Amino acid sequence: MRYLPLTDTDRQEMLGVIGAKSVDELFRDVPEAARRDGLVDLPKRQGELEVERALSKMAAKNVAAGDVPFFVGAGAYRHHVPASVDHLIQRSEFLTSYTPYQPEVTQGTLQYLFEFQTQVAMLTGMEVANASMYDGSTACGEAVLMANRVTKRKKAVLSGTLHPQYAGVVHNLAEFADFALETMPPVMPGAAEDIISRITDETSCVVVQTPGFFGELADLTPIAEAAHAKGALLVAVVPEIVSLGLVTPPGDMGADIVVGEGQSLGNGLNFGGPYVGLFATKQKYLRQMPGRLCGETLDSDGKRGFVLTLSTREQHIRREKATSNICTNSGLCCLAFTIHLSLLGEEGYTRLARINHANAVKLAEKLDAIDGVDVLNEAFFNEFTLRLQAPAKKVVDALADKGVLGGVPASRLIHGDPSVEKLLVVASTEINTDADRDAYAQALAETMKEVL
Amino acid sequence: MSGMNKQGRPTSFAESGAGAERTTFTGNKGLELEEPLIFERDTPGACGVDFDEPEGYQPKLGKLERKDRIGLPGLSEPEVVRHFVRLSSKNYSIDAGLYPLGSCTMKHNPRINEKMARLPGFGDVHPLQPEQTVQGAMELIDTLAHWLKTLTGLPAVAMSPKAGAHGELCGMMAIRAAIEAKGEGEQRRRVLVPESAHGTNPATAALLGYKVDTINGDGNGRVDLEALREKLGPDVAAIMLTNPNTCGLFERDIIEIAKAVHEAGAYFYCDGANFNAIVGRVRPGDLGVDAMHINLHKTFSTPHGGGGPGAGPVVFSEALAPFVPLPYVVQKDGVYDLIETEDEAKADGTTPFGRMTAFHGQMGMFVRALAYMMSHGSDGLRQVAEDSVLNANYVLASLKDVMSASYEGPCMHEALFDDRFLKGTGVETLDFAKAMIDEGYHPMTMYFPLVVHGALLIEPTETESKQGIDLFIATLRDLVAATGSNDKERFTGAPHFAPRGRLDETAAARKPILRWQPEMPAQAAD
Repeated sequence: MRYLPLTDTDRQEMLGVIGAKSVDELFRDVPEAARRDGLVDLPKRQGELEVERALSKMAAKNVAAGDVPFFVGAGAYRHHVPASVDHLIQRSEFLTSYTPYQPEVTQGTLQYLFEFQTQVAMLTGMEVANASMYDGSTACGEAVLMANRVTKRKKAVLSGTLHPQYAGVVHNLAEFADFALETMPPVMPGAAEDIISRITDETSCVVVQTPGFFGELADLTPIAEAAHAKGALLVAVVPEIVSLGLVTPPGDMGADIVVGEGQSLGNGLNFGGPYVGLFATKQKYLRQMPGRLCGETLDSDGKRGFVLTLSTREQHIRREKATSNICTNSGLCCLAFTIHLSLLGEEGYTRLARINHANAVKLAEKLDAIDGVDVLNEAFFNEFTLRLQAPAKKVVDALADKGVLGGVPASRLIHGDPSVEKLLVVASTEINTDADRDAYAQALAETMKEVL
Repeated sequence: MSGMNKQGRPTSFAESGAGAERTTFTGNKGLELEEPLIFERDTPGACGVDFDEPEGYQPKLGKLERKDRIGLPGLSEPEVVRHFVRLSSKNYSIDAGLYPLGSCTMKHNPRINEKMARLPGFGDVHPLQPEQTVQGAMELIDTLAHWLKTLTGLPAVAMSPKAGAHGELCGMMAIRAAIEAKGEGEQRRRVLVPESAHGTNPATAALLGYKVDTINGDGNGRVDLEALREKLGPDVAAIMLTNPNTCGLFERDIIEIAKAVHEAGAYFYCDGANFNAIVGRVRPGDLGVDAMHINLHKTFSTPHGGGGPGAGPVVFSEALAPFVPLPYVVQKDGVYDLIETEDEAKADGTTPFGRMTAFHGQMGMFVRALAYMMSHGSDGLRQVAEDSVLNANYVLASLKDVMSASYEGPCMHEALFDDRFLKGTGVETLDFAKAMIDEGYHPMTMYFPLVVHGALLIEPTETESKQGIDLFIATLRDLVAATGSNDKERFTGAPHFAPRGRLDETAAARKPILRWQPEMPAQAAD
């Protein structure tokens, strides 16, 4: 087997040194009843060529986003990732190293984590950020748990702007970590949500997403003020990190914890993972934060260096008293994020955001002109919602048959609510061309004629 | 930060520590290159990406346009590439050398896996595309699920957990859901965890509101069956046990343990971190396991990536299978379907406990893991277990006369030593480990497990050659011999030849500096 260096001669010599007759002898502590002599019922070894052939065949059964006019978002966005990003993250020194527990020989990882933390704090307008979570949805769950710890309260309020599957993750945690939740119904774009009246002296936090699930932008300042007046925290959720190149960051609107999905920078769609969860907060809540933190220090020669720090919050030190059970984070995805954002810089990141917004505005105008199609949003970034005069799932399937991936039917994520059946969430990023927009508009116009 | 320039070079000889006899103007030492933070390389206006300013649109941002500059630095592409290449040169990696971190399974990461994960049909597919456009992606998940179920001998698997600890959470949630379905939720509030467990185990149990109760060992690195029996009772929800355990030993009594746990009405959660030692040879299902996470980044070699991303699918017994979380993939007549709602699950005959994450799990890791499994096959995977155990026992046998092995062998895939061999030398486990860095090795896992003093846990893995292991053994023997010499500085001052000397972790924690600031404040925040 090409990955296994030992030869039979090696094995015999080594058994001799050990003083065992056979490898079976080394497994003698396994109870007799559980020992298996034969092979499990699975195919035998294959060469690279065969593996590549089989997996390529499987991959070819999927419609890759890059091969069609593509407008799907709702928590994962297709952006152009510069070639150097993927090249750099595949360097052995990054790809095949472990969590940087030995800082003397992992300064490369530690320094980019420090840069990542700084970038996330800058974008979100917060004071400190951690070295990442698994993804946006799990970061959201951790934010609610942290708010419960900070306020010593056990009731969170979830806005109807929150991605339904993020809400699902929080619901699941609430059930098992025993805290209460009040969940607001979906908020249609342009409609107001009276979340402020739900904040009481028992509320630990209010969780609001921006841009909201339907793409709408909202000023969080009044919610932050109302939350603070009752001693509660504002958790702001940013599903599309490119938006902060153009939109006021949650930190400037009074958020206490900002979580987000960082996939858009440096990371591919990957059918849902791996992604990179962003987590930022105020300095005063530092010791209640979950996850790894990288800090600056000096070495024995007085040189600047970086280490994992404040680990007395963490499971490997605190065990059952830890702030979270998280161990592994999204190291390599952070690196991709940090390299992409470094390439963009201030000029590139803000311009990228403007291009996204411009493309979405142009698409919205085009689609709004089609019979049976209305754009609902008043203010949005790169994603908006259409009200169709037909079930959105039916329309999306018909569009897919025409070779256009046109968005996410709200009904896929919001179940059992007839009021969202005709809503379609549409995203447009810098990847879309005029030709893509024309193709979408034409396919949608045809589809609407067919279904109406 | 005074007294040094941005390149990290002390600004005067007086501030240089011992061993810094000769310095250079730049702070570089030949191929060892210093690199400032990316923010210190700022050329305002520079950009590493070309695209044009958009025109011909009317912004629709409401009043929410960002007003201030963010403060991101500007760099061209060559500058960015150079920055990260220079950073990479400061990392040790499995591709560069033996990485004997016990309990972490640092093995070779085949590049075919990387290539397959980047096929557009896997890497460039959105989780919410219509299901008819992602049949191949679901086929891949279903195929990987089949391999995992077959290798573990368990009938169900949750694919969505994002890492080992997330898998533990998933497994314990399923256990609690099953207990609640039996109406025993109020009563069963205690989880038993051996003293040698990974920290994630008690942290996970505590997150679910369970009282963590520690079980003592038998003094020989295993769970004391009698001590366990005494702890069992009608208030116990589960035991969380690692097998092979964190001392590198197979729990001989595991079948009796499982039986006792089940007789008490509790469940057996197995931490599968050490599955590498038994894959293809022992099926956890045959041991009585109810739930076990599998770290794809360990046993199935998806790269560790400097601390993630991982993946932690959880296999379940018949008893827990109905509670598997949403979403999951089913196949009927060659057509794959994602079960995403409670209604769909009901029709499928399951009662999922909920949802772990927004989407379907770590697809990129699934592709890599399946490529790895297909490459090995049933025969190669069995060889993985055998060679990893053989290599570890060879290390144990070759070092036990000079280092203090904590327990009698045979060990499984890792060999545990403690610090008795250092007694009276003035050298501690930490010093010994740091001296290995100077010899070109990553240290072994130190001070874990907690059940022996000054632990040194060595996991060579199956992808090391005998030649490589022989040099490693010879190096450790040389180091052990040197602990008795007068050259204590070789250890207490180590590492001498790494990009950095020992870092002041106490100072880092006392005054945390967690981000770069345009002007470093004189006082870091408290």
